[in-house]
This record gives sequence, structure tokens and C-alpha cells, in this order.
Amino acid sequence: MLLSVDKASRSKFSLRTRATSEKLVDVGFKNIVVAMASMVAVVLFSIFAVVYYESTESISRYGLRFLFSSAWNPVTDEYGAFTAIYGTIFTSIASLLIAIPLGVGTAIFITENIIPEYIRNVIGIMVELLAAIPSVVLGLWAVFIMEPFIRPFLKIIYELFGFIPFFSTEPLGAGMMPAILILVIMILPIITSISKDSLKQVPSKLRQAAYGIGASRWTTIFKVIIPAAISGITGGVLLALGRAMGETMAVTMIIGNSNNFSWSIFAPSYTISSMLANQFGEADGSQVSSLMYAALILMILTLLVNVFAQWIVKKLSLKYQ
Amino acid sequence: MNYTSQKSLTYNPSLTRNIGNKALTIISALFAIISVLPLILVISYVLIKGGSYINLDTLILEPEPPGDDLLSAGGIGPAITGTFIMAVIASIISIPVGVGGGIYLAEYSKSGKFAKFIRFGSNVLAGVPSIIAGVFIYAIIVSTKILFGSMFSGIAGGISLSILMLPTIIKTTDEALKLVPNDMRRAAFGVGASKFTMITNITLPAAFSSISTGVLLALARAAGETAPLIFTALFSRYYITSFDDLFYEMGSLSVLIYNFALEPYEAQNQLAWAASFILVVVLLSLNILSRWIGTLGSFSKNKV
Repeated sequence: MLLSVDKASRSKFSLRTRATSEKLVDVGFKNIVVAMASMVAVVLFSIFAVVYYESTESISRYGLRFLFSSAWNPVTDEYGAFTAIYGTIFTSIASLLIAIPLGVGTAIFITENIIPEYIRNVIGIMVELLAAIPSVVLGLWAVFIMEPFIRPFLKIIYELFGFIPFFSTEPLGAGMMPAILILVIMILPIITSISKDSLKQVPSKLRQAAYGIGASRWTTIFKVIIPAAISGITGGVLLALGRAMGETMAVTMIIGNSNNFSWSIFAPSYTISSMLANQFGEADGSQVSSLMYAALILMILTLLVNVFAQWIVKKLSLKYQ
Repeated sequence: MNYTSQKSLTYNPSLTRNIGNKALTIISALFAIISVLPLILVISYVLIKGGSYINLDTLILEPEPPGDDLLSAGGIGPAITGTFIMAVIASIISIPVGVGGGIYLAEYSKSGKFAKFIRFGSNVLAGVPSIIAGVFIYAIIVSTKILFGSMFSGIAGGISLSILMLPTIIKTTDEALKLVPNDMRRAAFGVGASKFTMITNITLPAAFSSISTGVLLALARAAGETAPLIFTALFSRYYITSFDDLFYEMGSLSVLIYNFALEPYEAQNQLAWAASFILVVVLLSLNILSRWIGTLGSFSKNKV
């Protein structure tokens, strides 16, 4: 051992060996934090295991037929989640299509040097504060303020384009369209703040080089800055998609909660999460199992989107480094 | 090629590219206004409409059973205390576990396989819809009556909220500790500190403000959550009077808003607006507070 010193020099340099109690604390602390870190894995696995276990009855009874049938009848014990699955996917994709241009446009507006920095910061903070408003409050606002306000406009669309299946129901209150709009409001902050962060990280040399060869501001944005920031923007969009799929309260309050399938975006509909929120409390017997099956589908959908988001951020960010 | 004098180098607003540029700038400004508009509309409605129903009775009284008698709507007192209690329960569980997990990621295994998996796992857990957390707690705690034979309870509600807080706290602790310069760690080891002393006396205090930002944000998110509570804590109109009441149904502001917004009675709707006022004011203050704390003495990449 290098550190073996004789008694005389030990007292001279006051070298000390660590006390056993100190070592014990060190090792014990490490073990505790390891245990705490593994809680994430434990919780995640047990969520999957429990939801899967609870839905086995329904899985073995219906199999994949569950995905394509829209029967939902507790009296005859016949269940299928097609309406809810369609509603989940349709509302989240539609809200994404509206929110992407809005969010990315806002992000560009507040990162590029268009207006004074003070105003840019205020807009940025306001959009992020929007994320702090609870879903249920947005739902309340949607039910009492937004939906009555937009109904006349939806009625005009219905009267003009009612022959198209997408607009073929008279808008009478809660329905898919107000749910899509409230989802837009809920996912805008995610898209905006993540796009803003990734646009800010684009090195200013790229910008200067583009201006140097005579590109205009928006040519630079479209040809240089957005491609350089695309990994972050895509990640943010996918994250927003995951959020939109799992969003529960505002949607439950405004979508109308109907299991009757309709192509019309003005008709009441369902999403998986609104179905769970609406029915889980009063369900029993095989209905619980079927709801658990629907919850499992929702988990798998959001898991796929989230994993894909993480993968694509890695993949694309390597490309532009 | 003859590239001579005709082309002026001065800015010419009538060029297509310059018109296009202006148009796109105006469109992006329009998008920014549209994005900010919902916040202004929601906040002003909640503050004005909700604020007008706030008085001492609303803050203290218990809500009356739904009916159309305007005078007897009662108040949102039990919901305020319920939200507070469940937020405290969730914090008691998730803050130690989250900070501990973050310490492991940042101080013990920065890029090991297990650490990578835990980071991935907390991203996935953050993406799990909040209602799934409710379904999960329903299945393992409520329906099994595992907690002293009680079913719907404030404790179950608090536990389901802690699941939602956990990934945010782990991630922000991890990030905050990573920003602490390595020189400080080396200095601590150099004077003979053990790793435990180094972490508790040097890196944790240095990262304290960033960690508390994350904790406050997680808490704000959890306090506004509804979905996991509607079948774990359910709802109660009554105040908590004893410790035992933690094991029974508990009201919360968010579930009160959800239940009363859909009631056909004006009085209940007013309570929902009043509850929204309280919730929004508290959550926005928590958010602004956390931003302010975040700007105090935290390490940023540029500063170090």
C-alpha cells in the first residue's frame, strides 16, 4: 500500500483513515439513492403490469375485435372501443395540425429579431403561463364561454357545407370541434416553448452566413434555421401529440361523451381518456376490465409516441451537428 | 457576365422577396397574437367572473348539496383544504424520492446503463397520461382496500398525484446538479470530504434554487390535476376533522370545478368559477415564484 506511513509521519501530516461510521453513511446513502432512482422503473413497470392484468379478462374475450367494434353496452355486456380510439387519434392529430403553424410561427416571431426583446420575453412568458392553467379550468371556460361563442360560426359552416360528411351534424353544443380547439390551446405552449428553445440554440454563425450571401430573413428562416432546429421542433410536436392523446378533463367536459360513431366533427364523440373519466367511477364487472383494456391501448399509444419522440430527437440532432 | 450599374444596392420595398418577407413577418406576428389570446381570455374571464363570487362565505363554508336555491350554495372551504392536504401528501412522497433519484443520476452514475434507463423511464413516465395514474392507483389501492380497509381516500389521491410529480423532480434535480461545476466537487474531495458530505454540503446547496424551481413547478401541476383524483379521492363536501378522515373521500378544488361545472344549477356553477379563481391565482403565483427563485444564484452554462 502506498499510504502505509509510519507512526511519526502520521502524526506530522495528521493523515486519518475514514471512520467506519462515515463509510457506512456513504455506502448507505448510495444504496438509498439507487433505491429511489429505481422507483421510476418500479412505478412504470407496475403501471403496465397492473393495467394489463386488470384487462386480461376483456382481452381474452374480445381480442383485437375490441379495437374495431363500436358497441358499448353494459346491459348486454358487449364492449368495443372503436369510437374512443378514433376520437383520441382524430382529435389529437387535428389539434396538432392547427397548433403546429401557430406554435412554430410564434416561436419564430419571438426568437428572430423582429420586435424589441422586452415584448418578445413577455409573449414567451405568457405562452408558457398558459401551460400553468389547469385542464379543468380550461374545460370550464370552454363550456361556458368558448363553445357558445363559436357555435354560430360552426352553424354557418354546417349550413354551407353540411353535405360533406365531416360537417353533416348540426352543432348543438358539446362536440368534437370544440374539443379540438381546446386541445390546440393546451398543446400550444409545449410546441412554442420547445421550438423556441431549439431555434435559440441554432448558432448565430449560420444566420450571419445566410445573410452574408444575400438571403432575406424568411429565406434564412426556412432554408437554414428551421432545418437546423428541426430535431427539437419535431420532438416538441411529438411530445404535444402525446399530451393531446392523454388529455382528459377539458376534453371530457366539452366533447359530449357519446359512443355513437359519427364522421361529423360537430357531433358529440369520445376519447379513451374521456371515456375513462366518465365511466370508470360507476363501472363494475366486465365493464371495468374493458375500460382497463382501453386504458392499456391509450398507454401503448402514448408510449409509442413518446419513445418515437426521444428516438427522432437523437436521430435528427446527430444529422445537423 | 455584365453585372453593372442598373441593379441598385439600396432596399427596394417593391421587390417580390421583400413583399414576401413582410407578409410572412405579419403572419408570424398574427400567430403570436392568436397564441397569447387564449391566455388573456381565460385569465380575464376566470379573474373577473370567478373573482366576483369570492367572499368570506365562499372561502369558508362547505358546499351545499346541488339544488336551485341560490342563497344556499355554500362555499369551497373543504375543497381548498383538500387540495392543500393532497398536495402535501404528494410532496412528502415525491420530493425525497425524486431528489434522491436525481442525486443518483447526477452524482453516482452519469452515463451508466442503469442511469440511461432511469432517464428514459422518467421521460416515459412524464408522458403517461394523468388519468392512467388514477386508474393505476384505483386498481392497487382503492379497489383492493389495502389501506386499512378504506376505499376512496385523500391518501390514495395524494399518492396518485405523487406519481405525476416524480419524473419532473427527478429530471430537474438531475439537470440542476449537472450544472454545478466539477471544480467544487474536486475541492470538496481535496479537503477530505466523503462523497455523502460533498453531496449534502456542497452540490445540493449549490443546486438548491434550481431544484426548488422544479419542485414548485411539479407541485403546481399536481395541484391543478383532476383526472387522477376523480376515482381515487373522489369528492366530499365536508371538512376534514380528524386524522382518520384522510382515509375517506376528500374534496379538491379541481374535482369541485369538474362536478359543479356540469350541474344544471346556477349556484353550483358559480362555485366552480370561484374555485377556478382560487386555483388559477395559486398556480400562477407558484409559477411566477418558481421563475423568480430560478433566477437567484443558480448556475447556468454561461456563468460557469
